[in-house]
Amino acid sequence: MAPIWKSRFKDSDATPEDMYLNRRQLMAGVAGLGLGSIAGPALAAPEGLEPNPYEDIINYNNYYEFGTGKTDPAKYAGALTTSPWTIRIDGMVDKPGEYQIEDIVGKAQIEERLYRFRCVEAWSMVIPWNGFTLASLLERVGVQSGAKYVAFETAMRPDEMPGLRYPVLDWPYREGLRLDEAMHPLTLMATGIYGKDLLGQNGAPIRLVVPWKYGFKSIKSIVRITLQEDEPFTSWSDANAREYGFYSNVNPQVDHPRWSQATERVIGSGLFGSRRETDMFNGYAEEVAGLYAGMDLKANY
Amino acid sequence: MPAWTSRRTIDPMMASETTAAARMRDRSVQAINQTLRKVPAWPLYIVGAVPPVWIFIAGLTGRLGVDPVKAMEHQMGEWSLWLLIAGLCVTPLRRYAGINLLKFRRAIGLLAFFYILGHFLIWLVLDVQIMSQILADIAKRPYVTVGFAAFVLLIPLAVTSNNWSIRKMGPAWRKLHKLVYVAVLLGALHFIMLVKGFQLEPLIYMAVILGLLALRLPVFARRGR
Repeated sequence: MAPIWKSRFKDSDATPEDMYLNRRQLMAGVAGLGLGSIAGPALAAPEGLEPNPYEDIINYNNYYEFGTGKTDPAKYAGALTTSPWTIRIDGMVDKPGEYQIEDIVGKAQIEERLYRFRCVEAWSMVIPWNGFTLASLLERVGVQSGAKYVAFETAMRPDEMPGLRYPVLDWPYREGLRLDEAMHPLTLMATGIYGKDLLGQNGAPIRLVVPWKYGFKSIKSIVRITLQEDEPFTSWSDANAREYGFYSNVNPQVDHPRWSQATERVIGSGLFGSRRETDMFNGYAEEVAGLYAGMDLKANY
Repeated sequence: MPAWTSRRTIDPMMASETTAAARMRDRSVQAINQTLRKVPAWPLYIVGAVPPVWIFIAGLTGRLGVDPVKAMEHQMGEWSLWLLIAGLCVTPLRRYAGINLLKFRRAIGLLAFFYILGHFLIWLVLDVQIMSQILADIAKRPYVTVGFAAFVLLIPLAVTSNNWSIRKMGPAWRKLHKLVYVAVLLGALHFIMLVKGFQLEPLIYMAVILGLLALRLPVFARRGR
């Protein structure tokens, strides 16, 4: 049995939301019989993950191109034209070019991944993504030796994105990963949630998901991917280097200067829900801690 | 400036119109003040209780979205700023427009205090929850420290918001209640410090507050009289 985060479901296999829990309960039942031990050590999804309802996921977003309010993206992101969509892949790759999204997604193996999503603002929700590994895309375009980093860029469309009128950040939004982080099997290029195509507010038509990092690293509506030797420009560290580092790994021991990262508010738990303690690397320490062996995580926040 | 556009050569017709307009304005100000005199201040406390109760019920019944705690916290914080700003408007309105809202100022100020208390309690009980983290946040997080300081500064003002204290304290009462200027500045600063990136809204609040405080500077105050 493949571990949950590697399960090879296709879009067509996606379960309707109401049946979702049933299947998960079924799988939990199997695990209870002792067969689950196979998945045990490799199980990236922290135990007891229950996905948030779709309504939570599409109505509580940070996507400043559409406004800084949590519901602004849901209000305005419908205007985002997601077809046609091209991603420019350039820099140190064997096959640079303008790739149509159909071309990229059509050849990809779409999987289902249930990840906890932890925002730097100290809240979290659990999201059942559909997507493919960034590694598979990078392998397809051929990473040249010498490339050490991957840079990403979000679409910048003033006509469709009212938030661009305000200089909240130095637009367009840009993010980056170290190549080994980008190639990690947990790093996902997401195209859907609950088996449905991504909506604008969630980063349609294609976005990054790096579950062990704070949410802002998981850049939305990607139009450009560049392989390069130098550490890329990242929007939030540009806006405030003291508060947002390049790595931005979820780490309960390293506080954001303005708030503690030790605990998180669980979105969807209601008015009297209790906070949960934040896990090191958002619960994915077993899989990713090795990437940072010997690094001072306080200095490289 | 050429002499023939000088302000002094006002057309007599224009001048009389200006005085007529001024007289009209005086009369309407008088009418407003007369009406206000008949309105008691106590209903403000009842009206003022409506928004927090509504916000709480909305949170309980799921009408504040998927993160009701943050929504309540923000809405109460915003209401607090509005009330503090309303309180700061009373003096300039009287000085520059002649409209007298003085008798409502205590209610406005007390409501602002209770809204801030509500904002603080939501943060304490529903948001952070953990006592050690609450204390650490107040001490270590500058935006929390600033907000908390604003709240603490308002406590003696709320306590002395009664006729007995005014009589007992005499001129010291006026001096003490000038602390509200510091508290409202800290409140706006608290908002500026907590947003991510460069955002306009908290800066607008700060600008309005600075403007209202500037109107109290001697240089403006003299002109108003």
